[in-house]
Amino acid sequence: MESLTFRHTTQKPLPGSVPSAITGVVASGNLEVLLERVLPPDACEVAIETPVTGYAAVWEAVVADFVARAQPGGLRISINDGGARPDTVSLRLRQGARLMEA
Amino acid sequence: MTDWRSEARLRDERLAAGRAHAEGKVVPAGAAIDLLEAILRPGDRVCLEGDNQKQADCLARALAACDPARVHDLHMVQSGIVLPEHLDVFETGIARRLDYSYSGPQGGRIAKMLYGGQIQLGAVHTYLELFARYFVDLTPNVALIAGVSADRDGNLYTGPNTEDTPTVVEATAFKNGVVVAQVNQIVDTVPRVDIPGDRIDFVVEADRPFYVEPLFTRDPAAMTETQVLMAMMAIKGIYAEYGITRLNHGIGFGTAAIELLLPTYGERLGLKGRIATHWALNPHPTLIPAIESGWVKQVHCFGSEVGMDRYIRARPDVFFTGADGSLRSNRAFCQTAGLYACDLFIGSTLQIDLMGHSSTVTRDRVAGFGGAPNMGSDPHGRRHPSDTWMKAGREAQTVGDPLLMRGRKLVVQLVETFGDKLVPTFVERLDAMELAKKTGLELAPVMVYADDVTHIVTEEGIANLLLCRDADEREQAIRGVAGYTEIGRGRDRAKVEELRSRGIVRRPEDLGIEPLDADRALLAAKSIKDLVHWSGGLYDPPAKFRNW
Repeated sequence: MESLTFRHTTQKPLPGSVPSAITGVVASGNLEVLLERVLPPDACEVAIETPVTGYAAVWEAVVADFVARAQPGGLRISINDGGARPDTVSLRLRQGARLMEA
Repeated sequence: MTDWRSEARLRDERLAAGRAHAEGKVVPAGAAIDLLEAILRPGDRVCLEGDNQKQADCLARALAACDPARVHDLHMVQSGIVLPEHLDVFETGIARRLDYSYSGPQGGRIAKMLYGGQIQLGAVHTYLELFARYFVDLTPNVALIAGVSADRDGNLYTGPNTEDTPTVVEATAFKNGVVVAQVNQIVDTVPRVDIPGDRIDFVVEADRPFYVEPLFTRDPAAMTETQVLMAMMAIKGIYAEYGITRLNHGIGFGTAAIELLLPTYGERLGLKGRIATHWALNPHPTLIPAIESGWVKQVHCFGSEVGMDRYIRARPDVFFTGADGSLRSNRAFCQTAGLYACDLFIGSTLQIDLMGHSSTVTRDRVAGFGGAPNMGSDPHGRRHPSDTWMKAGREAQTVGDPLLMRGRKLVVQLVETFGDKLVPTFVERLDAMELAKKTGLELAPVMVYADDVTHIVTEEGIANLLLCRDADEREQAIRGVAGYTEIGRGRDRAKVEELRSRGIVRRPEDLGIEPLDADRALLAAKSIKDLVHWSGGLYDPPAKFRNW
């Protein structure tokens, strides 16, 4: 198991007012993402629990791109990874953000 | 005196020797080895029909069981290396040289045997290219083919998997060669004559029906959200944009997902009748929902697909069928159709380099390419315009008199940035180059050359290579859709953003694609069982795809 946490400052808060959302499942090649609107509007924290070790640099890149694209200010995001590929992680994060904007 | 008839005399000798084991043209399965030992000569060029799907397996077993002291050093010229026996003959010395097209299931073993020097490889061809050489410098001396049934005169019914048979027989029978057909059954009258009897010299009643590989069945249950996302991008960013009506799909899950999204996502975009109406395609079960929803005008097939026979019989307006009602496929004609009459080829690959060259050959697998290099190439012999072809041509060429402009075929690689076990699809250098070096091949086995590829679609976006104006733009466009592979992470971010502003790189959000739509709910069928329902019970999937 590897635990990773990334903290980012965003230029704006994520639109919408949904307090929390959950998407995906912890299954092989998949992941579960819990999003909570609990942080200051310019802060985003992503905490990852993954069974696959040694991919910290890729996680860092995936999270940084997501933050730049979605500007998810205010969100604390917790990921339970089941060994998902980076593209699946990226898609799931964007889906989670869309659920919070709804 | 010049001898003008030496080949014909040799053919007569072979026939005379073979007849010792036949009654008329008919040879019992138990005498197949004797027959082959009688008609074959050392060094013969032999086409043992191994197609993409249909396999002359009874004759393959017989050939592998021949005495290597009598039958040896054969030069195998066959499109598919599919059965273990196809390679066994190289281990015993029965065969030595090989020219082929496709070796899917045997790709790992063929790589080992190439490295070990057991096979002298001529080349890995595209189907049409190998067929062409059957008529020029690789004409078979003996063809061992497969059909469903034959009468005692040799009239042959191939069934829906006609595939390569007419081409192989044409090249062999009309150039002093000997043709042996294995059939499941000898009958009084065949349902239809696919090959006239005077082109068949011997008919072997096989001990069991020939094997057909279900190569084109993709279980919707295994499709991922990433594949749904990529399918949406292809439909909206390419099919709709270029108005693609005439097309060919590869065999991967990505293109199968496109087929399943036509009646849902395509319908929502109002594209019915405007895209994907005319196909050069095997009868993919995943095309059933689109056909049933009225999207598909017609389909010409390379071969058939296991379980699709009853469905095809019930849809003769869509498929090419014979007087007996069953599908008539023909690989050579369908490949030609894909080359000259389709505006788009879209398929997958295992590796793409920084220039856009791609190959399915990796260090430990030589899978061959089948039809992809032909489908995935821009035919310079094409002269008829279409809106799609002209639009692509205008994007590629910005100067010169429009009346002298050439169009372009769209050749799209649809790939996920990582393959199985997180192996990156994007690489600095193709493994195919390593293989060529190690085995002394003059050419690396490249599936689609960079200059033929027009677009690369990944889960990260679409790279339009037609719009790239130099090698650097091209490299950055490729890096710009290469995701989190090393190639992708090595991008010049500013340059990629500049390409994005020019529409050369497009992200899902640039195309107005909602990430929440990337859901399996968008698939018109979510399981094989759903496909059976769509077909009104006519589709009869093979046992390995039945889990209910």
